[in-house]
Amino acid sequence: MAQEKDNPFRVLGPAPVRPAESTVKPVGAGPGDTDELIREEVERGVLFTTVGGMVNWAVNQARANAIWPLGFGLACCAIEMMAIVGPRFDISRFGAEVFRASPRQADLMIVAGRVSVKMAPVVRQLYEQMPDPKWVISMGACASCGGVFNNYAIVQGVDKIVPVDVYVPGCPPRPEALIHGIMKLQEKILASPVEVGSLTFHARKKKGRGAA
Amino acid sequence: MTLNMGPQHPSTHGVLRVVLELDGETVVKAKPIIGYLHTGMEKQAEYKTYTQSIPQTDRMDYLAPMSNNLALCLAAEKLLDIEAPARVQAIRVLLTELTRISAHCVWLGTHALDIGAMTVFFYCFREREKVLSIYDMVCGARMTASYFRVGGLASDIPLGLLDKCETFVDEMPAHTDEYEALLTKNPIWLARTREVAPLSRRDALALGATGPTLRGSGVKWDLRKDLPYCGYDTYDFEVPVGQNGDAYDRYQVRVQEIRQATRIAKQAIERIRAMGEQGEYRLRDYKYVLPAKEEVKTSMEALIHHFKIVAHGFFPPVGEAYAAIEAPKGELGFYFVSDGTPRPWRMKVRSPSFVNLQTLPTMVEGRLVADVITAIGSLDIVLGEIDR
Amino acid sequence: MDTMTVAAGATLTPERAEQRLREGFPGAPLRRQEGAAVRDHTLIVPADHLVEICTFLRDDPEMDFAILSWVGGVDYLPRQPRFEVVYHLLSIAHHCRLVLKVELPEENPQVPTVSGVWPTANWHERETYDFYGIQFTGHPDLTRILLPEAWVGWPLRKDSPLGYQEVAFTHNTPERTVPDPDLKKLAPKKVKYRAH
Repeated sequence: MAQEKDNPFRVLGPAPVRPAESTVKPVGAGPGDTDELIREEVERGVLFTTVGGMVNWAVNQARANAIWPLGFGLACCAIEMMAIVGPRFDISRFGAEVFRASPRQADLMIVAGRVSVKMAPVVRQLYEQMPDPKWVISMGACASCGGVFNNYAIVQGVDKIVPVDVYVPGCPPRPEALIHGIMKLQEKILASPVEVGSLTFHARKKKGRGAA
Repeated sequence: MTLNMGPQHPSTHGVLRVVLELDGETVVKAKPIIGYLHTGMEKQAEYKTYTQSIPQTDRMDYLAPMSNNLALCLAAEKLLDIEAPARVQAIRVLLTELTRISAHCVWLGTHALDIGAMTVFFYCFREREKVLSIYDMVCGARMTASYFRVGGLASDIPLGLLDKCETFVDEMPAHTDEYEALLTKNPIWLARTREVAPLSRRDALALGATGPTLRGSGVKWDLRKDLPYCGYDTYDFEVPVGQNGDAYDRYQVRVQEIRQATRIAKQAIERIRAMGEQGEYRLRDYKYVLPAKEEVKTSMEALIHHFKIVAHGFFPPVGEAYAAIEAPKGELGFYFVSDGTPRPWRMKVRSPSFVNLQTLPTMVEGRLVADVITAIGSLDIVLGEIDR
Repeated sequence: MDTMTVAAGATLTPERAEQRLREGFPGAPLRRQEGAAVRDHTLIVPADHLVEICTFLRDDPEMDFAILSWVGGVDYLPRQPRFEVVYHLLSIAHHCRLVLKVELPEENPQVPTVSGVWPTANWHERETYDFYGIQFTGHPDLTRILLPEAWVGWPLRKDSPLGYQEVAFTHNTPERTVPDPDLKKLAPKKVKYRAH
């Protein structure tokens, strides 16, 4: 359905009175409704939308479909992360094929593996070296909460050091699970506001669903 | 100039930090700094029973998880003075050799990727996926298997596993030929690895190197042949040995090891078929090993043993034991000190990569900075094992 | 002796190595560790003779223990002497393993380094120092290797804690007993079970 996706070219105005049907339904009540209205409006040659919605949609689509991860594998989860680069679970379908070596060029830090106490300041420094917008996926049980290792040497969850957007559980998570996490992150990106200078453009809310 | 090859680096195979002092492009001094993945596994093992430490070992050398499981199980079995039945040993040999193939595939893929050959990476990971699906079939997890237990296996091998292994083992030599066709006579590969990162025989022995690092330097030492375990002395295979101790020889040793591992796996499959595709998978010594479920439901003694082992763990004698295997990286050994309780008093892991990494300064001092990458790659280190 | 310690048909056995060692050091107080379940042939040697004994074991052609497999420490609190440093030797030429141990007291545990005999001991001794605080006199660079440089304490000693942190569940975090109201939408409907 066209209006199920985040389509900025959606009609804003109030629903015109429809002489054909007996009951008056509000806009967007049924699946066929808005479709017809859009078609009618387009036929009349007038489209209503918001500039903010359009900017947000365009920028967020660009950000979501071209996330460049930082090559930051720590332990066993790194091998599953390498597997998604491999031919079977192909991550370049999602635009994330380029694993940048330098944090200055990366958007996404996938913390793959256990973060030891010696490594914690390094993780923080890398996070701070990444330019905005940046996201963090905590991959695996050890990065999310300390995992199997609850002792003096392992930080119990990387969210004690950097803010995390998506947690992917597993030990290690299957490559499909990590890809699911990346897709969830894409949904989050598409729903987030875009700041251009002092203006903030918000995403259009999807009908019938809460926050992603 | 001092250059820091930091813990985050695409070619350090994990969180290794090397502080290099350079004079132009020549390395004057190289100092590896480790510990960025220290997990406290040895301390944690003192708070867990022997069986509970088996999943921890998967996370040590995470490229060859079943090798680590095997080493721990053999050390515990040596302490208890029990021996797993012949069928279990054959299954252990089969899975360990498939693990060796998988670990060497990852090594080859990442080493070639560092040097610049991207295609080999994709080919190797394609083969690795097949081994991972065999793991999946046997124990449910792709990578962190925890399949071996003290005195046997966690569960019997499923029907159809042997056919799947046989298919893989039959097609593996063709894939190995593919890798060799891409690399062995490739002039770029030869220029990057011949006479690069040399390790003399004397240095290798003095620095305690084991595994392909030692064999590449001309020392014919393989624990499978020389101090055998798990019935390896009854299998027919060769041990490849290099001559010059450079990165190319270590590459050749590992690729030939893939071929030999395929050979051993084929023999192991035949043996398991001869002993029955389903059969006994645990030692019948219920003081230390869980009894079979049918007996637990019918026999009182078996029920009591089951209860004791599950509730407390088995009670080994007061003593100590060290057992080492030939892991893909070298000599992997576990040392247990037992005080009679189900939890070990001390677990010490002799990890091959920890010792092999000490040879890095010897290999690269006086050489070019690009050879540091080749050296680290040809050492085949895994930081999970080094830092434990 | 199983094949993992001495190969079948090997030219050297650990007992013969002990004999040779006693011949080479007639006065030194060596003793074999007793215990039925001590599965490897273990000799307890005094700390002050350690370097000479190791050099002799490495250079004697009949024994030729060319490789030091590993060095590790063990803490036997509350037994006195508290610490032990374990040296595992391997002879490639003769397919044989041997274990040496040095017992150390609790106050100021010190033992001379064997990194002059086998350079591989360097990192092993650093690790033992890192975990237990045992000083290796004469070591070229005795600093922490696995833990951060600024760490205080010797984590593998028996009186050091594991560092276990309490995991937060709803039953031990009283301020968070009410789950998120949105979660109700995800809860499954009530299912009636039937016993067949």
